Amino acid sequence: MSMRTKRSVRAGQYVALLCYLVFLAFPFLWLISTAFKPAPELGSLHPTWIPQHPTLDNFRQAFAEQPLLRAAANSLIAALSAGLIAVLIATPMAYVMARHRTRLSTAATGWVVISQAFPFVLLIIPLFLVLKNLHLINTLWGLIMVYVVWALPFALWMLVGYVRAVPRELEEAAAVDGAGRLRTLVSVTAPLLAPGIVATALFAFITAWNEFFFALVLLKTPEKQTLPVVLTHFLGAEGASDLGPLAAAAFLATLPSLVLFAVIQRRITGGMLAGAVKS
Amino acid sequence: MRALVRNAAAAATALALLLTGCGGGGDGDTDGRITLRFQSLAWQKESVDINKQLVKEWNAAHPDIHVEYVQGSWDSVHDQLLTSFEGGEAPDIIHDASDDLADFAYGGYLADLRPLLPKGLTDAIPGNSWETATFDGGVYGVPFLQEPRVLIANTKILKASGVRIPTPEEPWSWAEFRKVTEELTGKGRYGVAWPLKEPVSVTLNLGLAAGGQLFHRGADGKVTVAMGEGDQVVPGTIHDQVNTDHSAARTALGMGGGDTLPGFFGGKYAMVPLGFSYRQQVVEQAPEGFEWTVLPAPAGRDGLAQGVSPQTLSVAEDSPHKKEAVRFIDFLLKPANMVRLAKGDWMLPTGTEALADPALHTAHLGWATGAALAGSLRSAPAQSVRGYPEWKDKVATPALQEYYSGAIDAAELKKRLVTDGNRVLARYQR
Repeated sequence: MSMRTKRSVRAGQYVALLCYLVFLAFPFLWLISTAFKPAPELGSLHPTWIPQHPTLDNFRQAFAEQPLLRAAANSLIAALSAGLIAVLIATPMAYVMARHRTRLSTAATGWVVISQAFPFVLLIIPLFLVLKNLHLINTLWGLIMVYVVWALPFALWMLVGYVRAVPRELEEAAAVDGAGRLRTLVSVTAPLLAPGIVATALFAFITAWNEFFFALVLLKTPEKQTLPVVLTHFLGAEGASDLGPLAAAAFLATLPSLVLFAVIQRRITGGMLAGAVKS
Repeated sequence: MRALVRNAAAAATALALLLTGCGGGGDGDTDGRITLRFQSLAWQKESVDINKQLVKEWNAAHPDIHVEYVQGSWDSVHDQLLTSFEGGEAPDIIHDASDDLADFAYGGYLADLRPLLPKGLTDAIPGNSWETATFDGGVYGVPFLQEPRVLIANTKILKASGVRIPTPEEPWSWAEFRKVTEELTGKGRYGVAWPLKEPVSVTLNLGLAAGGQLFHRGADGKVTVAMGEGDQVVPGTIHDQVNTDHSAARTALGMGGGDTLPGFFGGKYAMVPLGFSYRQQVVEQAPEGFEWTVLPAPAGRDGLAQGVSPQTLSVAEDSPHKKEAVRFIDFLLKPANMVRLAKGDWMLPTGTEALADPALHTAHLGWATGAALAGSLRSAPAQSVRGYPEWKDKVATPALQEYYSGAIDAAELKKRLVTDGNRVLARYQR
């Protein structure tokens, strides 16, 4: 392949990448644009990217009409707890599954795959009844339990990959140097696993932060409702909606995920690639 | 690493402390006081404010029966209620629409209100409204707000064209409507934009005016679909406007009601058939100086008759306080309160006395046109038919969408709605 052909292929790749980025970013950018537009601009036949008369009215209205801060606090508690607990449970499980290949670990892997095949609508009524018997309906504890169980299989799947990427030889070397089992885990394995743990926690956090249906069904009182449920209060019958405040509230709801991604993006990338190739 | 463990432990402790305050409150009776949960689907600010205000007034006047306001969402109410009913955790008082009640009523989840309703409330609402919430002879909701479909029109375009402006007393016929939309079409403008993302209810409800019935109940109580001449007027007109006259925008067929408004404001569509409550969005979003008016939908053999599915208030069968729940409903729907609720939702009250309120008969914002149509509103044709949701989703919606876009002809539409449709309904009526 000549240098010129190489360059044109590379240019084509960049154009494709740019198109993909635009495709991904378009809904979010449009959301931001909508959030800052006054009502007449939302009904314009020729909408503009940049609001002609930018306003914060939609944000004011959104906060005035719905308890967004309280809902965000509930979402934050549920998502942080779910992320933390999922990781606390999944990490030792993943270690065992990756390091000790037994029938049990094979069965556990099978469970992980099968659990992903169940649609949540199939589970919701039995789950509701179980939680009711445990007096966990209308509690964030109940919701967190559901989120942990829901996130656990995939979290486990992710973490097994990360554990396998940590060379077994490092642990053996530590043992040769006289380190005990616990010491090896704490001082050698855990630091190498940290990016994977962060990525997994983030996955569980985002899943719980965005989740709508379980929260809708399991939480009864307004004081407990999470952000995705409260966002639907801007929707009316037959597709009608309070578009401006809805966009403003939805924009705010995406911020925590964006900030988290921005802060730990490099770790996630590193973590995701771990175990992808055999060295 | 130790720091990481320490931080994780601290975070876990903090969360545990936070969560101790997150336990369920329970809705049992305390100190002899009854607590009722009222799930409202009001979503527009004015409407939410009025609902909350009325709950506040009730609570102030009835310290022994406390009503807790819970906001639900139209978008997800069916699934949420279904799960709550199954789990025995449904709200006591349920705001919904009559076309969503059939499954819950037949399933035994809603209380039959007949023995509980006070005579005053029963008499206040006309029989044709009660019909919308009646299933198998039982009344499972109190219908209180309804909206006809109207034509929201660009006044300037209408006046400039010189066409006759219809009134509830002298509406357009469907044939005249078709001619008018042809006259209004041109210079990049369509006479009408039909937002038919969900074409079935629009077609069936407007079809009543032309004598459409589609669903026929036999002597054995079984329902079958049959498509007579009257049933073909509305779909035929829309089809011809889109495909023959090109006076209706093809691109609008896949739109929801609100999606047509930018084109309407921009002069691309002269008229849009929308629910009466869409006036609120028009008021909010119309550019300054934009003039619009509310016209009645075209009339047919049966005058201005239209099918509607009113908003309803029901009581859960599992509620231990049905009597108190109905007392609250009675309070909420006193004529003066019904007017407040109607204005907040930009809809029409079902109550006769409420409907007579002068505030709903002003020409301003088209209130008078809507109020004049109230007497012609009937129960939506299919809402009590078992198997209707499946007929609608699997048969009627795709068939009508293809017919309106010109992909199939009238004979094929009839075959699908009737032959395929009856096969679906038969499964529910064995």
